[in-house]
Amino acid sequence: MASNSVQPKPRLLSALDLTSVVLMLAATWMVFFYAPSAQPEAGGEAQRIFYFHVSTGWIGMAAFISAAVAGVVYLIRPNRKWDVFSVAAVEIGLVYSFINIATGSIWARPVWNTWWTWDPRLVTATVMQLTFLAYLLLRQSIEDPERRARFGAIYAILGSLTVPLTYLSIRIWRTIHPVVIGSGDPSAQGTFDMTPLMLQTLLFSLLAFTVFGLTLLWHRVRLGWLGEQVEQLRLKAMR
Amino acid sequence: MIEPYGAHSLAANMPRASAYLAVVGAIVRKDLAVEWRSRQLLASMLVFALLVILIFNFALELDAAARSELSAGVLWATFAFAGTLGLNRSMAMENDSRALDGLLLAPVDRSAIYFGKALANVSFMLLVALFTLPVYSILYNVDLFNAGLLLVLVLGAWGYSAIGTLLAAMAMQARSREVLLPVLLFPLLLPVLIAAVRASGFFLEGLALAYIWPSLNLLIVYAVTMPALGYMFFDFIVEE
Amino acid sequence: MIAARGLGKRFGYRLVLESVNLKVNPGELVVLLGPNGAGKSTLLRILASLSRPTFGEVEVAGSRFPQQAAAARAQIGFLGHKPMLHEDLSARQNLIFYASLYGVKRPDARIKELLNLFDLDPRRHEPVRTFSRGMQQRLAVARAMLHRPKVLLLDEPHSGLDREAITILDGLLRDLAKKGTTILLATHDLQVAQRLAQRVEVLAAGRLAASWRRRQLASRQFPSLYDRALRRAQLGGQHA
Repeated sequence: MASNSVQPKPRLLSALDLTSVVLMLAATWMVFFYAPSAQPEAGGEAQRIFYFHVSTGWIGMAAFISAAVAGVVYLIRPNRKWDVFSVAAVEIGLVYSFINIATGSIWARPVWNTWWTWDPRLVTATVMQLTFLAYLLLRQSIEDPERRARFGAIYAILGSLTVPLTYLSIRIWRTIHPVVIGSGDPSAQGTFDMTPLMLQTLLFSLLAFTVFGLTLLWHRVRLGWLGEQVEQLRLKAMR
Repeated sequence: MIEPYGAHSLAANMPRASAYLAVVGAIVRKDLAVEWRSRQLLASMLVFALLVILIFNFALELDAAARSELSAGVLWATFAFAGTLGLNRSMAMENDSRALDGLLLAPVDRSAIYFGKALANVSFMLLVALFTLPVYSILYNVDLFNAGLLLVLVLGAWGYSAIGTLLAAMAMQARSREVLLPVLLFPLLLPVLIAAVRASGFFLEGLALAYIWPSLNLLIVYAVTMPALGYMFFDFIVEE
Repeated sequence: MIAARGLGKRFGYRLVLESVNLKVNPGELVVLLGPNGAGKSTLLRILASLSRPTFGEVEVAGSRFPQQAAAARAQIGFLGHKPMLHEDLSARQNLIFYASLYGVKRPDARIKELLNLFDLDPRRHEPVRTFSRGMQQRLAVARAMLHRPKVLLLDEPHSGLDREAITILDGLLRDLAKKGTTILLATHDLQVAQRLAQRVEVLAAGRLAASWRRRQLASRQFPSLYDRALRRAQLGGQHA
């Protein structure tokens, strides 16, 4: 395994830190001042949270899927870096998915008149969250790092099957969850059509959240990798 | 490329197809024989299942009309919990005196152990269901003799067992394994449980197949993909 | 028959075996001698394909691990620290199970032969749980030999046995070696080495420290030679 030295924070990462902050501020400005209000049925001003909700939703899922892909790679070619990446991706994914669920709930209150409902899409989103929490618990219960990485990889792969299921659940069951993109029941409460300004805001939000997420991921991977190097040094000292 | 021990090379395994099946069969027979001797597991699963049903009865205060609607849910919740008892015991028995090593020494692909265990587990689940269903039927005056329901039962139990056996093998090697297994199992199992409850309920209500099909489809998909995943991953889980 | 090149094994952060180069020829009876914790059990488990080496290559009975491990297992008989028996089943049931795992031809005759040889026949229908330590060990040895393997890997096979059983086992091992079975036996007991070994390999602190032939074992200075080899190995391991 390569580098033994602690690498100083890369310049690119510092640049990314700055960029993500700027992008997030810009996105927030767009959400509140650039995008038009939606119709009252879609929540009026509360609808603005939709941009955060959708962005964190998709990126959260992408994070989980990439953790699973890293798991596959680890099983084929066991290198600690894939494991470090998987854990980092899962943690970021959990945070983003939680924001997704929370923002959804905040929007739901005025529109559906309830904080929560046992609707298929919400259920499967919860399941996804619980699955990857279980992933972290699994890792905590295993001492041997090699086995921990192996089991983690397998569970992440198994768990990521719930991600497409979340997406397909709208097709399989009737749902009251609004479908903004793609086909679905148009009578679902809260559905609205996106105007061009809204679409731009959404795309920009996606960009901002993605960059922010990648920055967080990089920081987390660095932290994990530092941990690995500490363990390696310990290994050498114990021989 | 890292290959699991006894990897799935066709050339090595083709003439061994009968040896493979022999091992699977031997494991199923062995698990059933062990259970027959002590009858510990089946008795506990059965008593547990009946207790859970009783608890639901008082917790939900079901009247006659509500009962038939909720039967599917109550039954599947019961099976889900009772099932973990079976899974735990099934893997724990191999921990005693390292019997699992004995299985790992068999000159076949390790997935044979997985399928043997999974088949044994599903047999236990179905046996428990076989006793639980009539009892429920009598206690709550709900007719459960329904071909569709039985189909859902078999598919659901098989999906449960397929994923459960794999995770039990994982949990056995971790700390706090009895607590860990349900934590790992239920999130992955929930889609199957939801589909099983919906399909069972619809069959009991006598709805048209077109209505039931999406849930049934999901069950079938799980019943096929979970064993495939088990086949792929079991080696990685038991290797040292 | 057994060849290990540059074998090493690491568990987490502990290096348990290092640079092990071992060769055992067909029909040889080699004793792996070493103190507890030296890594003997780990080495045997790797050779039995129960454990994957971290470094190095293994070849047993003409099959390289991991690609051909399943094929090799048909030729390997392994006895570990724990007996690998199902305690709820009877002695006979245990052997029947293992016979079907290995596809033993005409299992009933073979089982009867072994039960008689190890004086377990009178209690063959009783659950293993009721057996004494010595009886369980005898049954475990029988299990290891059930399928007439070409290679026997035995980890402290004499532990728990009384004088009579030890004599029977020794005679059996010598007989098998004469007929061409390759035997690698791990022990911490010098006397076992002196009684049985054609060659002794000393394993200490994860490394092979010395190698002696039968003639050197008979000498009265053997115990002190052994002590010196061990001390050298401990010192050698200390400079990191």
